[in-house]
Amino acid sequence: MGGVHATARIEARADGRGGTALPVLASDGPLALRRTRGTAAEARVVLVGAMSGPLGGDRFAVEADVGGGARLRVGSAAATIALPGQTKDDARYEVRLTVADDGELDWLPEPLISAKGSDLSVVTRVDLGAGARLVLREEQVLGRVGEEPGLLRSRLVARIAGRVVLDQELACGPGAPGGWDGPAVLAGQRAIGQLVLARPEFAERPAEARILAEHACVMPLAGPAALVTAVAPDGLRLRRVLDEALAELDIR
Amino acid sequence: MTRTALLVLADGRFPAGGHAHSGGAEAAVKAGRITGAQSLEAFCRGRLHTAGLVAAALAAAAAGGVDPAGLDAAADARTPSPALRATARRLGRQLMRAARATWPSDELDAVARQFPKGAHQPVVLGLTARAAGLGPADAAYCAVYESVSGPATAVVRLLSLDPFEATAVLARLAPELDRVADRAVTSASAVPAEGLDVLPAASAPLLEIGAEVHAAWPVRLFAS
Repeated sequence: MGGVHATARIEARADGRGGTALPVLASDGPLALRRTRGTAAEARVVLVGAMSGPLGGDRFAVEADVGGGARLRVGSAAATIALPGQTKDDARYEVRLTVADDGELDWLPEPLISAKGSDLSVVTRVDLGAGARLVLREEQVLGRVGEEPGLLRSRLVARIAGRVVLDQELACGPGAPGGWDGPAVLAGQRAIGQLVLARPEFAERPAEARILAEHACVMPLAGPAALVTAVAPDGLRLRRVLDEALAELDIR
Repeated sequence: MTRTALLVLADGRFPAGGHAHSGGAEAAVKAGRITGAQSLEAFCRGRLHTAGLVAAALAAAAAGGVDPAGLDAAADARTPSPALRATARRLGRQLMRAARATWPSDELDAVARQFPKGAHQPVVLGLTARAAGLGPADAAYCAVYESVSGPATAVVRLLSLDPFEATAVLARLAPELDRVADRAVTSASAVPAEGLDVLPAASAPLLEIGAEVHAAWPVRLFAS
């Protein structure tokens, strides 16, 4: 049982002067957090992967907790690449996000790339207060250029005021249940992306369901949130679709 | 339980409106993703392990007596496509009508009152199995079978596929249907101890996107 265990944590709080303070910015092992220049109201943090990974056997977690009145934007410096490890164990990556009423979080990491022979489970859990705002992007690319993917399992659970509004699992790659690459699931596409948008205004006026591209659409969820789902042949084309969707939907 | 009750419920001619739905096959045929028996099989396999597994677990949990309102909310969270949520509720309402006439029960009446616009079809399917004296495994089998038989029957009409070939697809998938039904029953049986989060949430991006595309068509052969 080898592997690196690391948990990084960010806490963002309103500083009482219209800005956002970061009382906790705790890097851990390979998960390094850096505060970068933000705006008057918003704090910005970049997650820097100080080594490649996650490898088999690794247990990574990143937590962000945004208090009422605070605004946080988190990105990452580069794509995360899941690689095979020395052990037969799978790797696990957990993201736990909490946003209080009147808090705001933009969680916009670079893609996760599943390299040949890797075995990674990613779980993202989002807990939002009734008046919280969220933009969350998740992109998964199956294999580096011209490479077969590894086994990638992901789950995304979003709760608003304690109620689950989205619970989705996806499993791709060798060892995933049959049909994952077939006409019902991915049909040979190699990049899958999602945007979760939550905002209290959606309770009164939900986002409209709409087709954005051949394999991309906006879907209002059963709650004050919307989901953009897209699949594309590669990560670049996926990002283009998601950027367009975000520009249209993310009006503040 | 009587084995005949299972046959009545699983019969494609059971008047619950399922024949008007293709389970996403019409959109996949139009997009050129299903062109014959082989791609139909791959489509059905993908649907089985995603929507089929989720439906079977919901149905098994409902048949085992888990609170239908909680299951209905869990179904909503697992169905991001509003077109698919609307379809699931419409099919749930139609099944409820047929079920109350076939196996009258106070429990069905109560859920019908609680969800006048229809609960998600797999939840109603589980409750129907319960009213018919069937158990969670029976409900799971009905759900996994429906998840592939609907598309197979639809593709016979959409592509003029030889019905023998379509039925052979279903027969080849049978061992996988058994495994998925087993998995569904196992997770459903864990709900009382571990809560609804333990239910599978397997998703198929192209089924969801395809359902939204299909719902926007002005003319279509199938309702979904």
